[in-house]
Amino acid sequence: MTLRNGCFSWFNPWFIGIALGCFILAAPVGLVFVSVFFPQTEIWQHLYSTVLSDYIVNSIVLAFGVGVLVIVIGTVLAWCIARYEFTGRKQLQWLILLPMAMPAYIIAYTYTGLLDFAGPIQTLLRETFHWQYGDYYFPNIRSLPGAIMMLSLVLYPYVYMLARTAFSEQPSSLEEVSRSLGVSSSKHLFKVVLPLARPAILMGAALAMMEAFADYGTVQYFGVSTFTTGIFRTWFGLGNGIAAAQLAAMLTSFVVLLLILEYLSRRKIRYYFQGQRAQHVNRQKLTGSKAFWVPFVCMVPVIFGFILPVLQLLNWASITYSKQLTSEFWWLLWNSLYLAAIAAFTAVILALLFAYGKRLNHTKPIQFMTAVVTLGYAVPGTVIAIGAVIALSWLDIKINTLTENWLDLSVGLVFSGSLFALILVYSSRFLAVAMHNIDTGLARIKPSMDDAARSLGHKPLQILRNVHVPLMKTSVLSALLLVFVDVLKELPATLILRPFNFNTLAVRTFELASDERLMDAALPALAIVSVGILPVILLTMLMDKPSRHNLQLN
Amino acid sequence: MLSLNNVSVAYQKRDVVQDVTFELGVGQIGCLLGPSGCGKTSLLRAVAGFEKIAKGQIYLRKKLVSASHNHLQPEKRRVAVVFQDYALFPHLTVAQNIAFGLHQQSSAQRLQRVTELLLLVGLPGYESRYPHALSGGQQQRVALARAMAAKPDLLLLDEPFSSLDAELRDELAKELRAILKHEKTTALMVTHDQHEAFAMADVIGVMNKGRLLQWTDAYTLYHRPANRFVATFVGDGVFLSATVDNNIKLNSALGVFPIKTTSGFKQGDKVVFLVRPDDIIHDDESETLAKVVDRSFQGSHILYQLELQHVDQPRVLCLALSHHDHPLGDLIGIRLDLEHMIVFADNGDLV
Repeated sequence: MTLRNGCFSWFNPWFIGIALGCFILAAPVGLVFVSVFFPQTEIWQHLYSTVLSDYIVNSIVLAFGVGVLVIVIGTVLAWCIARYEFTGRKQLQWLILLPMAMPAYIIAYTYTGLLDFAGPIQTLLRETFHWQYGDYYFPNIRSLPGAIMMLSLVLYPYVYMLARTAFSEQPSSLEEVSRSLGVSSSKHLFKVVLPLARPAILMGAALAMMEAFADYGTVQYFGVSTFTTGIFRTWFGLGNGIAAAQLAAMLTSFVVLLLILEYLSRRKIRYYFQGQRAQHVNRQKLTGSKAFWVPFVCMVPVIFGFILPVLQLLNWASITYSKQLTSEFWWLLWNSLYLAAIAAFTAVILALLFAYGKRLNHTKPIQFMTAVVTLGYAVPGTVIAIGAVIALSWLDIKINTLTENWLDLSVGLVFSGSLFALILVYSSRFLAVAMHNIDTGLARIKPSMDDAARSLGHKPLQILRNVHVPLMKTSVLSALLLVFVDVLKELPATLILRPFNFNTLAVRTFELASDERLMDAALPALAIVSVGILPVILLTMLMDKPSRHNLQLN
Repeated sequence: MLSLNNVSVAYQKRDVVQDVTFELGVGQIGCLLGPSGCGKTSLLRAVAGFEKIAKGQIYLRKKLVSASHNHLQPEKRRVAVVFQDYALFPHLTVAQNIAFGLHQQSSAQRLQRVTELLLLVGLPGYESRYPHALSGGQQQRVALARAMAAKPDLLLLDEPFSSLDAELRDELAKELRAILKHEKTTALMVTHDQHEAFAMADVIGVMNKGRLLQWTDAYTLYHRPANRFVATFVGDGVFLSATVDNNIKLNSALGVFPIKTTSGFKQGDKVVFLVRPDDIIHDDESETLAKVVDRSFQGSHILYQLELQHVDQPRVLCLALSHHDHPLGDLIGIRLDLEHMIVFADNGDLV
């Protein structure tokens, strides 16, 4: 299928499709950077003398605070699960992943309700110790440290998943070597186990830090000024789209810097375990007091990151459901579901285009373009949204000028004012999620299988139907599911780009919570969390039986 | 140096090693040879201390290290292991890997020992390379150097050549033996390949189904196997059945042969005797004819499979010089040239 004749062999339908897709998906972020060439001196002087240092310092402290905390939580959990055998280990394996289902803005407002002056915790303290207002100090959750805690509680699974795989992939013979050489187990931990897992741990932390940079809901709700809240404020408060885009460009540069650091730390990982078989790790059976406190320690993040907030949400929802469960709620649910479904299909189709294009035409320009589009996951939703608004409103103005001149009619905001804008931003941001799954699936179909099928007399379309579709089915389904849930939870881009009078569960939850109607927000929040559990179940299933995939690979 | 007394190893109450007894002297290279699943690796891991033993005792330097209720931790045994996959630490350089077990020495001493070992294993100048940049054979030598660095009392090697190309194996086996002998290391290795065992070991133990069947040198294994399993597992050959006649002679498809009167067989006994390919001589003058049913050209020789012209048409192997080129179906003359008879009672049991 590969055309190799002639010097323009790389110029074919695949190339054109991929170039077009890449241009459309990357245009918003590209425009954000172009904005740098239109200096907004006045507004920057104002920002510089007032809030800019807050934006920078708070964003960096938030990201690194989250980074450190998720490394601690995730690594400890991964170590316990990968290396110890204890009662409840099997259940904990998936319980630990549950906080992933919880968007940060939802956990943030739930804890605000829990820890408020009138909330159950403080009320209980006052009643037990007969305190009055002002008698005691209680930490304010609506602060930068509070935001770090909230984000870490829901983002630690990134580190946990990667570190767990890293720990269990280390062959047990490494530990046996250390033992036979008379090396103590603590030295083995610090000299071998942790250095080997370091790239995986840092990669997980980098993913969590990107989410922290991108977070809008939590910091906005807590009143912490960061880049993302600054972008909103500059645009909607000061009314300067270009300055907002410039702030967005600055934020993206921070993320790019983080990406580079992460890449540098990971450079060596691909050499590790080359030619070494992954072996079954013998987990140490815990006895005595350890058998009690290890499961206990593992439960702590689950309790605070999932069980407690869900109980609070259930409690609120049970009070308010009768007046909330109206046609408005069903509309919200329907809007969210079909929007997420369209976005998931679009992203997966694009991912298939890129993945197959890369496989069939492994040329430099195509490789480069696929690499560019998969960087979308690192760019905050706010940034892509700003870029999309600029690009699409320009396009709409041109179209309207054109139609008014030629046909004497105004078609309205066909791109920037419709769901198209949202779908574009979602595809751009979540394409990497879909690509990752599709690529994994495609890697299982070795090129020799295509050759084998063809030599056995199958035509390309038959190969697609008889070899690729059955082998790719699970990958495509999990890609669909993951993008679907990510879109359902997405907040900042949806806030910026949703068409007039169009609301989703995430937006409504945030609006209600911002209006201090915490109880009313519980029902849509619960709906989001319940859908969010689906990928957790999927991940658990995939983590439980990696051996089958390995068998197919080998 | 190492001595095992009636050692049994069990996994989930199923014995994988049963009643193994042997001794390995200082500086000797021993080898456990057997098909996969025979328990040889479990026995090696028990010696290293990674597995506890169910019965018996293991002594190192006359000190008890393993018994059913007595288990010395592997880190205290001074037993080093070269693993099948080498288990090099991928994030450490060659020098750091080799020095990993030298934690009680000064850095100058460590440096000296690392340099010395790299020279010994033929990799001088490789100190700062990483394992992934080495070939399989080089990785093996680094793993060997790491294991020998702290001068262990005993070196264990688990299938040391299995991850290497066939052409490399012979060469490396010779080199490895030279290195071990140079360092006067006592070593015990495990393999399923008899050629490796012959090339490396002073003493070889053949194992099957968890039992040690024979513990002796290569020559004795080949020429005086203790039972039918050892005889078939070591070297090529076929068993021909025969009966003992009234003169206490063997009556077989290849003729009548005397056996030692001390063998204990009596008239009428059904027996089998071992015929190796080099025991059958191709001789055009001979009156005993056999039909060529299969042949494989091996350069200087051709290995023929021959069907004897006898009632039950038994088959034998014959190694003939390759200019004696006979097509399939030919009848060729052969004669038996047995230096000594290897005879077992024919009870159908291979072990």
